[in-house]
This record gives sequence, C-alpha cells and structure tokens, in this order.
Amino acid sequence: MIRSEILKEIAPILRDQLVVCNIGIPSQELHAIDDQPTNFYMLGTMGLASSIGLGLALAQPKPVIAIDGDGSVLTNLGTLPTIGNNCPDNYILMIIDNGSYGSTGDQPTYTGKKTDLAGMARAAGCDTVVEVQDVDTGKALQAALDSGKGTVMVVKCDSGNAKMPVITLDPVVIRHRFMEAVAS
Amino acid sequence: MNIDKKIADDLVANDVSFVTTVPCKQLAGVIDEIDKRDDIFHIPSNKEDEGMGLCAGAFMGGKRPAIIMQNTALGVTLNTLATLTQFYRMPLPMIISYRGELREPVACQVEMAVHTKALLAQLNIPTYHFHWQKDVEEFDNILKYTFMCNKPVAILTDANFWGGYGDQ
Repeated sequence: MIRSEILKEIAPILRDQLVVCNIGIPSQELHAIDDQPTNFYMLGTMGLASSIGLGLALAQPKPVIAIDGDGSVLTNLGTLPTIGNNCPDNYILMIIDNGSYGSTGDQPTYTGKKTDLAGMARAAGCDTVVEVQDVDTGKALQAALDSGKGTVMVVKCDSGNAKMPVITLDPVVIRHRFMEAVAS
Repeated sequence: MNIDKKIADDLVANDVSFVTTVPCKQLAGVIDEIDKRDDIFHIPSNKEDEGMGLCAGAFMGGKRPAIIMQNTALGVTLNTLATLTQFYRMPLPMIISYRGELREPVACQVEMAVHTKALLAQLNIPTYHFHWQKDVEEFDNILKYTFMCNKPVAILTDANFWGGYGDQ
C-alpha cells in the first residue's frame, strides 16, 4: 500500500480526532480524501508536525494524532527525545515510513537503508513504540487510541503518491477552524 | 530588582503558561526561575525551530506560549517563523539572549550579533532591545502587544542587561 491508500482506510478513525498532518502531499491527500475542521494541514515548515502535535497534546486533554513521514522525522530528530521525555497519554505520533521523500520526487531516505526509526524512538525514551505493516494501520491506530497511552507508530509502506490538488485554504482559516474544533 | 523573577512574574501575569527553552549561560537564571513556577509548564527543546513547533501546538491547544533562546540560533528558525508562526498568524514572545553585544567576551558570538537585528527586520518582526536592567519594565507591555497582534515579537537581552560576565 502507498500512503494515500492508508489514509483512505483510516479516514473513518481520523475523522473524530484532532489530526496534525505533515507538509506537502500527505496533507494534500488527507484534505482531498476527507477534509475536516479537526485537521491541521501544514502548508510549510518541514519536520515540525510531531512538535506541533506534541505541543497540542500537552496543552489540552483531547487525543491528538500527528501524521508524520520518515523524511520529516529525520529532519527534526531532536523531536524524539522531547517526545520520549514528555509524552502525554493523549498523543499518538504516526510516522508513515515509505523510505522516501514523497513530496520531492520519491528520493530515498536512510530509513529505506540501515536506519531504524522505531529503534531510534525507543532509544530516545519513547515507552510505547509499535511497528506496523501498512495493511494493519487501522487496527493498530484504533488500539493505540483505545490504550490511552502515548504511542509512536512506525507504519511501513510502499513509496508513492496520489495525484491530489494543492490546498488553497488560507492558513488562518485552517488554524481558526482547527482551534474552534479543539475548543468545542 | 531581580530581573529573572520580574520576567517570570510578567509571564504568569499575562497568562503565559507554556514555555520552551534552549539554554544560554546568560539565560540560566531566568530558566531556573521558570522551572520553579507552578503556573508555567516548562519543556526544554533540542533546537529552536522544534521549540517554535511546540509553541504553535500549545497555542492552538489554548495556552499562551513563549520561547527562550539565543540569537545565534536565529538562522535555523527563519523558515519556521515565516511559514508557521507568521503564515498562520500566531503570537510568540521570543526572549532572546543577545550574545555578541557590549561586554561579550567571546569574539565568535559577534559574528551572529551583527546580523541579528537585520534578520529580524527583514522578517518584519517587532524587536525590542534590553540593555539596562530598567528596560525590563517594558516586558509586561511587550507581552500584551504580542498577544494583541498575533505576531512573533523579539526581545533581545544583552550581556549588560544580565549583568555581564564577571570582570567583563
């Protein structure tokens, strides 16, 4: 499966949750599949989905799912120790690890070679780290939500992107409606 | 006047309850003070742009955030300031130790100091420079201004403000 197929499959689970979605094609795919006010789309700032998600989870009690990518986590590796030492029970970091920089032309990342993000997350102090194959993502995400424990998921899938339109929503509109959904 | 306590008191009085820090020796006292306050959640960051991401999330979760950092790291935050904090119109007080200014003992620090105000001006970030201890009296107003206009705002605090380094 590629990322967009996973997002389609888990859309019914994501719909009721606060979601912070990674820059570029992942946000375009989620927006096209199931746009919701509870989705915060990153239009820029590669690497910070996990940090925004952690800040949001620490600031309020609703569950937060940050959808990140292997390339983006690699560009902000300092996030893993911060999560490992501060992870609240309402935070799920779901790293879709397709071993490539999808938004820039599928150039390979090091996670498709020797680098193991799940191992790095554990070494950084993250207590609950689960490695999942693409077909099992929905089941694992629901289990993480039901567990009420902060979780890092590393979802292994194929490289590839769906052709989706660029998000033209104004960033202030995305932020405003998201904050209303958080507060509701 | 204890400027560390004054800064922490003003943060609390303005309902700033989520503070991330990347340390600098000039900032050690204020970071200690913030760590002691029950009204402030203090989360150290490993890098300043990561900290700005945490602050963006905390703001959307209903908390007023702030970041404490050193000016030498301003360069690594430019993309985050432009494409996250400014693009989505989020408030962010940035309490920045202004290394490389008067009474600085380390020559290399001057190399980023000479670019600091120019970079902030290029980004149209409102910038205040605390040089005398009495300048801290403006801090409360700066916080109110930041959360009024939903912008990142920089407060540069130099070595003279913090009392210098020993005999420097």
